[in-house]
Amino acid sequence: MERHEYDVVVIGAGGAGLRAAIEARQQGKRTAIICKSLFGKAHTVMAEGGAAAAMGNVNPDDNWMVHFRDTMRGGKFLNNWRMAELHAKEAPDRVWELEAWGALFDRTKDGKISQRNFGGHEYPRLAHVGDRTGLELIRTLQQRVVALQQEDEREHGDPEAFIKVFAECTITRLLKDGDAIAGAFGYWRETGDFLVFDAPAVVLATGGIGKSYVVTSNSWEYTGDGHALALLAGAKLINMEFIQFHPTGMVWPPSVRGILVTESVRGDGGVLRNSEGRRFMFDYVPDVFKDKYATTEEEGDRWYTDQANNRRPPELLPRDEVARAINAEVKAGRGSPQGGVFLDVSSRLPAAEIIRRLPSMHHQFKELADVDITQEPMQVGPTCHYIMGGVEVDADSGAASVPGLFAAGEVSGGMHGSNRLGGNSLSDLLVFGRRAGLGAAAYVDGLSARPATADVDDAMSEAVAPLERTGGENPYEVHHELQRTMNDLVGIIRKAGEITEALQVVEKLKERSKNTGSSGSRVYNPGWHLAIDLRNMLLVSECVARAALLREESRGGHTRDDHPGMSPEWRQKLLVCSAASDASGVTVEEKVQPSMRGDLISLFERSELEKYLTGDELAEYDAAVKES
Amino acid sequence: MGYKAKFRVWRGEGGEGQLEDFTVEVNEGEVVLDVIHRLQATQAPDLAVRWNCKAGKCGSCSMEINGKPRLGCMTRMSTFEESETITVTPMRTFPVIKDLVCDVSFNYQKAREIPSFTPPKDVKPGEYRMQQIDVERSQEFRKCIECFMCNNVCHVIRDHDENKPAFAGPRFLMRIAELDMHPYDEVDRKDAAQEEHGLGYCNITKCCTEVCPEHIKITDNALIPMKERVVDRKYDPLVWLGSKIFKRSGV
Ligand SMILES: Cc1cc2nc3c(=O)[nH]c(=O)nc-3n(C[C@H](O)[C@H](O)[C@H](O)COP(=O)(O)OP(=O)(O)OC[C@H]3O[C@@H](n4cnc5c(N)ncnc54)[C@H](O)[C@@H]3O)c2cc1C
Ligand code: SF4
Ligand code: SF4
Ligand code: FES
Repeated sequence: MERHEYDVVVIGAGGAGLRAAIEARQQGKRTAIICKSLFGKAHTVMAEGGAAAAMGNVNPDDNWMVHFRDTMRGGKFLNNWRMAELHAKEAPDRVWELEAWGALFDRTKDGKISQRNFGGHEYPRLAHVGDRTGLELIRTLQQRVVALQQEDEREHGDPEAFIKVFAECTITRLLKDGDAIAGAFGYWRETGDFLVFDAPAVVLATGGIGKSYVVTSNSWEYTGDGHALALLAGAKLINMEFIQFHPTGMVWPPSVRGILVTESVRGDGGVLRNSEGRRFMFDYVPDVFKDKYATTEEEGDRWYTDQANNRRPPELLPRDEVARAINAEVKAGRGSPQGGVFLDVSSRLPAAEIIRRLPSMHHQFKELADVDITQEPMQVGPTCHYIMGGVEVDADSGAASVPGLFAAGEVSGGMHGSNRLGGNSLSDLLVFGRRAGLGAAAYVDGLSARPATADVDDAMSEAVAPLERTGGENPYEVHHELQRTMNDLVGIIRKAGEITEALQVVEKLKERSKNTGSSGSRVYNPGWHLAIDLRNMLLVSECVARAALLREESRGGHTRDDHPGMSPEWRQKLLVCSAASDASGVTVEEKVQPSMRGDLISLFERSELEKYLTGDELAEYDAAVKES
Repeated sequence: MGYKAKFRVWRGEGGEGQLEDFTVEVNEGEVVLDVIHRLQATQAPDLAVRWNCKAGKCGSCSMEINGKPRLGCMTRMSTFEESETITVTPMRTFPVIKDLVCDVSFNYQKAREIPSFTPPKDVKPGEYRMQQIDVERSQEFRKCIECFMCNNVCHVIRDHDENKPAFAGPRFLMRIAELDMHPYDEVDRKDAAQEEHGLGYCNITKCCTEVCPEHIKITDNALIPMKERVVDRKYDPLVWLGSKIFKRSGV
């Protein structure tokens, strides 16, 4: 069997994985990058709106403290505050560094990187390139990897001496030596042949889990592999109940249902209307945000040109609020003909301006829905978009609880609390990708010996099983039933009874998935690949449902119809999932979050914190303020 | 609203294969990739196809539909007659791995042969200052989603494997132009474009521009200006950039 030896193995070639790999290589580590698709096709390529970084290029009042506050508010104060702090402080450097590697962001008049408005961000903050920012980000990082390879070729005569990409290769198991990581096991999609990576450090950067839902903006890659690999290796997941339903996905035609309509449409002036023509978001501003959002259309409209004297329009509330509002309008019978609401930019900007600012949205609607967004409104509805939950890591190094295991990007948990702000993911990938790369390199430096090479017989028989079951069940059908179940029973609005029902279905699907069979050869066989991925999707879905059942409150990306309010007691608690290495039995435990450092909590007004914190915590706050 | 469509799909691996006939349901608003996925889910679970975004953003789903290079996810079924037989084959210029999936490593090899962005050493991150108008040229080329359909269609390599070692293809000749027009790039790239990456093979047929799903004007905006640079020995970059800016702001 093919075996490779590396210092650091990075699983995932999106923004987080590439940034981690670049860092590990820059630290002198022999680094492998592994990804399921071709190089440059990871999900990051689809990001549209931008990367949030408080550079203050458009509004000089912006700084890391304002960004930190916005992030904590967006996450309803459940965020790992140390991560939110590091993120806000380091994001500008990470964006500037991309520019030095060749990225070409849109510019301000004085030649700096331009920044745009986005939901939940107080100032224009998103560095962007039209509405294809993710493409610029991934291409720049990809080209940085190539630049390093060229350097290695000059120096060592081999471009792949220190950093090599294994594309279209899927990891199915992490390997261990005792408690610590020893490598990873996987297969080549192209041939079906197995391969093993022997490495003391593994960085997970596998992205999200959206493929467990029918209506999603996510691609086939998002089967929760990294979440599952971590669990099976003994690491823990936190915040799995928090899933972001993006308010604006396409609703028609049925085959593109769920495909994303970027928030930049609203950031650049687009408004939401119901079938009666009303800008309904004015009716849905929650108490915690009342003083930060405009109360009249006139004020909201003035804000686009004069932010100092007006408040922002409520279309730019954090995503969870907007998604719930759209859901409620449609339920109340005020939806659009195709089951969404109207998102209109045509009456707000000149056609040429729309095409300049939103070229790929213009293209996407024209090609896929026969709609010209410069002439008529779009119809949109919520779509499963992003998971806030993920591997529990140390904020500074990205280290998981298993020695040698690191995680960054969407697969890690904590940074975004119960709800992520738009634009905070791309910056998260860069900040924590780099930190995980550094963390992994430092871990390797601190080892006295490499781990023993692991035995892979079990991993091999697990992976090959679906091919050996002739006449087994069609994996596509099991997958489809899981997607429907999660969508209908553990979706935007949740109830105890429905979640319990979902858990029963998941249990049955687990049994059925053990009998799925795949016909055909081992060469590039999607049916076989799906049968393998089912293990991960089912495991992750179970975590989502179990955590959702336990958390008896509504916060960010977790709305319980039977427990509508936010509870200060629950805010202090994280739900931590773990599982056995044979994928049986997920257990969920409560864990208390450490309280925020004094200098950070003092950045907030008491009146705001009163909406979130317990009495004891407020007393701590008073003490911290007195001290400073 | 649905109907049954006739599809002929290239099936095979290891250098052998044939067109296989399918009759498959099509619903309103669907694209060719949806139909391929339905084939996978109902009739041919091991049918190999690449895709990711399903919205024309990742460049994974390149294939030839009735002989024309297209993105499967952006080709609406409504552009065909219901009675028409739709033939779907892999890209022709690259070796087939299986069914609709080809070995596109040629492109990654070429990407690595082009010297990277080289800024002046004394400009620190955060100090870059560029005007929108000066970055727009390169930005057009950076819209590229690397679907490789331009390289697939270019006659220099389409049926001429022997030219592959000496020719980077439109995608990567355009990459040279992109770097050349980057306000901070310091490398003189024109001789290498001609001598090492095969710019001279291009006889500006514009077939690459025609298939580009991003509507990048590869020939007019990247290849022809590069060719002009090669010819014009007394070229001065500032004058050149200045004339371009002048021309554009003049219209
Ligand atoms: C349509 C859309 C638009 C978005 N717009 C924005 C935006 O404007 N701003 C913003 O901040 N965020 C945005 N997001 C969110 C953001 O793009 C993602 O959260 C982010 O790109 C995730 O990056 P990542 O590096 O964690 O993972 P990804 O980029 O998803 O990469 C995951 C990688 O892991 C690999 N992988 C997975 N499993 C395995 C396995 N088993 N073996 C080997 N490899 C594996 C994959 O092949 C892939 O290379 C958007 C998301 C979507 C879907
Ligand atoms: S214009 Fe040049 S590069 Fe483009 S297809 Fe024709 S010959 Fe090839
Ligand atoms: S230039 Fe156009 S056709 Fe060529 S690879 Fe890029 S997107 Fe595809
Ligand atoms: S699937 Fe991404 S371009 Fe077609």
